[in-house]
Amino acid sequence: MKFAGLLVMPAGFFLSIAALVLFPAPNAAARGAFVLCGLAVEALGLVVAVRGHMEAQGKSRL
Amino acid sequence: MTEATFALALVLLLLAPLAIAGVALINTGLGRSRSAAQALLGNLAIVAVAAIAFAIVGATLAGPMGGAGHVFHLAGRPWNWLGTGPFLLNGLSSAPAQAQLGLLFEFLAVAMAALIPWGSGTDRLRLTAGCAMAAVLAAFVFPLVAHWVWAGGWLSQLGVDFSLGSGFLDPAGAGTIHVLGGLSALAVVWVAGPRRGKFPQGGIATAMPGHNAVYILFGCLLALAGWLAFNVAGAILWVQAPLSALPVAAINTLLSASGALAATFAVTRVRFGKPDASLCANGWLAGLVTSSACAPIVTPIEALIVGIVAGIVTPLLVEVLELAVSIDDPSGAITVHAAGGVWGLIAAGIFAPQAGQLIAQLVGIAALLGLVLPLAYLLFWLVDRVVPFRVDSDGERIGMDLHELGGGAYPEFVIHRDDSYR
Repeated sequence: MKFAGLLVMPAGFFLSIAALVLFPAPNAAARGAFVLCGLAVEALGLVVAVRGHMEAQGKSRL
Repeated sequence: MTEATFALALVLLLLAPLAIAGVALINTGLGRSRSAAQALLGNLAIVAVAAIAFAIVGATLAGPMGGAGHVFHLAGRPWNWLGTGPFLLNGLSSAPAQAQLGLLFEFLAVAMAALIPWGSGTDRLRLTAGCAMAAVLAAFVFPLVAHWVWAGGWLSQLGVDFSLGSGFLDPAGAGTIHVLGGLSALAVVWVAGPRRGKFPQGGIATAMPGHNAVYILFGCLLALAGWLAFNVAGAILWVQAPLSALPVAAINTLLSASGALAATFAVTRVRFGKPDASLCANGWLAGLVTSSACAPIVTPIEALIVGIVAGIVTPLLVEVLELAVSIDDPSGAITVHAAGGVWGLIAAGIFAPQAGQLIAQLVGIAALLGLVLPLAYLLFWLVDRVVPFRVDSDGERIGMDLHELGGGAYPEFVIHRDDSYR
């Protein structure tokens, strides 16, 4: 689960890059929204990775 | 660059190691007494290994300021993603003065970035593992980001290529040093696991307070001196700030740290009835980290506000990570450096006067979060197969000093058993 979350994070980065390529400079609102979507995907990946860590932690408490 | 500016930047960079000394003291003080000598020796070894690895591999990949790089074209735009510096610093003495200063800044920056995860792995990370981790960071991870941000890479060119303000602004390494170091700290904590007895079966997290508040708080004062030097030198080198703007950058650094300390002091006073020394130190450091992003960009009042926000969030996030997310981070590096750095970069975008600057900062944060954490975790996971990060349970029980060095930092102290923390 941790690896799955970490694999999702680069996808968010590529979304942010896509925002620069897809939306020209005058369209700042759409560009900003797309970059935020990329960051949201990264946050989602981070949450999944953290959940994976918590599950593993619960199983191996000393 | 005039000779006077060159001399000023050089003197500032010679003072910047005080920040490294401060962070090393804080890392040591926040660990346990039975691991103090190993922790401080580890800080020293990591600085050495990071410098050597950066000289041999990293500086080539980071590339010199204004030098050529590996570029590919996408959607009609150039994407400069990797530097092409001379191998083994060849011809450095004949390079332009500004490029030499830039390289010196990067040497100090990589030492600082490599120290950050060591603090998170304190009390269970082996010395060899710390050195291996520093080598990987300095040779492969840091140079990538340093090239993108400081050596003409694609993030620094966002303003030219995509009309996003002045491109990604990170004058003193809030992203390149601190977010990178903080995310690496998270990767180290995930790979190494928590200290023995930190999260007992069926109970709440065990409190394992730092062993020396004097080290921690004196480290904060040393860090201030070093941070002032880092931030002013960064303003000269990376945003070409005029001499008249440098005192404001220094004042902003102090105000960010002061605002953060005051806020953390108040939050911990309300939360626990008394101010907490180690959390206040974390707040102070978080304020300094935010100033790395925005000291030469914002006004003094804005710097104070940025610091106050960092100071409020820091103690709360430290508590959430430990109690709710089961992350054992003795130095609080994930909160202080990663979260503090991200907030500083966002604040620089919010308060910068140029249009599109906030989007440029967000793209930079997306690059750091989306690439650095998975890359650092993957590399550390691979290194852990070859050089195990974690000491065996016997070593953790008797302390890293006796296990790895054969002698303790405080031979006249009585060593407490783990049970005494409950």
